[in-house]
Amino acid sequence: MNITDIENIVNEFLIDEFEIEKSIIFGEAQLKNDLGIESLDFVDIAVIIEKEFDFKVKHKDMSNIRTLNDLYSYIEEHVN
Amino acid sequence: MNRVVITGLGIYSTIGKNLEEVKKSIYNGKSGIGIDLRRKEFGFRSSLTGIIEEPNLKGVLPRRMRIGLAEQGKYAYVATMEALDNAKISTDFLEENEVGILYGNDSSSIPVIDAIDIVRQKKDTSLIGSGSIFQSMNSTITMNLSVILKLRGINFTISGACASSSHAIGIAFLLIKQGLQDIIICGGGQEINAESMGSFDCLGAFSIREDDPAKASRPFDKNRDGLVPSGGGATVIVESLESAIKRGANILGEIKGYGFSSNGEHISVPNVEGPVRSLERCLKDANLSPKNIDYINAHATSTPVGDISEAKALEIVFGQQKIPISSTKSMTGHEMWMGGASEVVYSMLMMQNDFIAPNINLENIDESAKNLNLIRETKHAKIDTFLSNSFGFGGTNSTLIISKY
Repeated sequence: MNITDIENIVNEFLIDEFEIEKSIIFGEAQLKNDLGIESLDFVDIAVIIEKEFDFKVKHKDMSNIRTLNDLYSYIEEHVN
Repeated sequence: MNRVVITGLGIYSTIGKNLEEVKKSIYNGKSGIGIDLRRKEFGFRSSLTGIIEEPNLKGVLPRRMRIGLAEQGKYAYVATMEALDNAKISTDFLEENEVGILYGNDSSSIPVIDAIDIVRQKKDTSLIGSGSIFQSMNSTITMNLSVILKLRGINFTISGACASSSHAIGIAFLLIKQGLQDIIICGGGQEINAESMGSFDCLGAFSIREDDPAKASRPFDKNRDGLVPSGGGATVIVESLESAIKRGANILGEIKGYGFSSNGEHISVPNVEGPVRSLERCLKDANLSPKNIDYINAHATSTPVGDISEAKALEIVFGQQKIPISSTKSMTGHEMWMGGASEVVYSMLMMQNDFIAPNINLENIDESAKNLNLIRETKHAKIDTFLSNSFGFGGTNSTLIISKY
C-alpha cells in the first residue's frame, strides 16, 4: 500500500465518519486545531485504523500525531 | 411554595412521531403494535412489540453529540426538541438561563451487548469506540441531552422501573415547588429492541396474541393475556408559574400533586395497598377529593394480575365516583420507562382537545373492573383535572394530578 492509497482511505473516513469538510483536509492540517478532532475522537480513529489497515494502534503513539501528514506517515510505517 | 406548570410537550412514539400525529391516533384508537420476526429467531415466547422507526440524526447533530445517543436517546432527543419548540424555549435561552433535566430511563442494552461482543471476540477493548460508554449507562439520556442543549441546572436520571418518568415529573414538581429550579426538562425514553426484551419475555408476561397484533394489548378485558412491550420518547417541560409568566409562555396545565409509595412485598407481583397509598397521597398533596378528578389514565398494562390490582385500588379510592378511566397502553403497548411521561402527554392532549381516548380492545370487561367507568369509545368530554398512574417492578408507585391552568 503506497502513501497515496493511505491518504485516500484516511481522507475518506475523515469526510464520511467524522463529517469533516473536504476543503479543509490537507497534509499540514493540525488534527485538533484545524480539523476539530478532540481526544475522544482519537479512540475512534484507532478503531478505524485497525479495521482499515489491520494493525493495532498504541495509545502513546497517537499522542505524537499532530498533523494529517503525521497520521499518514504513522500508518505507512506500520502497514507494510 | 411555587405553583408548577407545564409549558411544553413532545412525543415520539409507536402511534405518531409528533404531537399532532399522536393526537389523531389516540382520538381514533389506533394501535402501534406489530410483529418483530427477529424475536422468533431469538426464541422469544412472543414476537409482539410496538413498532417504531429509529430517527436518523446524521446531519441533524454533529458526530460527537450523536454517537453518545443510544436508541432511546434518539427518541428522547426528537421529543425534547418538539417540547422545547412547543414551550418556545430557544437554544439561546438554555445557554443564558439555568435549566435542568430529569429523565426516566432504566436500561440501555444494545451498547452494552455490542461492547461485550467485541471484547469477547477480539479480546481488545480499544475496538469498542468512544461512544459506547455514553450510550451504555442508565443516565445516557440526561448525560447526552444536557451536553447537546448546554443545560446548567439539575441533571440526573431517575430509574424507577415502569414508573421512572412519572417519578421524574414528580421530583421536578417538588424541586420547582421548593424554589430550587425554575425550569426542568422532564421525560422518559424507552428502548424497544429485541435484545432488551428477552429477559422480560422469559417471565411469560407478554401477550401471545400474535395472530392479531392490534388486539393484543387489552387492559381490563377479560381475555387479556399479557402486556406488549413498546417504547419511544416523551418530554414534558415543567416550569414555575412565575417563570412561565415572565417568559410569556403558553401555559398548558398545572401540576397539582405527586403521590408515591412502595409496596414492600413482591418484586414482580403488584399489590393493592401500595397504589392506594400513592393515589391518596397524591390527592392530599393536590388538596383535591376524588370527585374533582375528571379522567384517570390508568397504568393498566394488560397483564392478568396487574390490571386487577389497579382496578381494586381505583375502586377503593374513587368508590362510586364513576370517573372515566382508560388505559392508553391498549394502543401503545407498555412504554415502560417512558410510560409515565408519555401518558401525561396523551392525557394533556385529551385535556387540550376535550376528549377521552378509548381503552381499545375492551370487549368483555373483567369482573374485577366491572364497577369502573371504563371508556371503550372516544368520548367528547371537558377535562379540567386528570390523574395518571404509573407502577413498576419492585413495587414502586407514582401518581400525578394535573389540571388546566
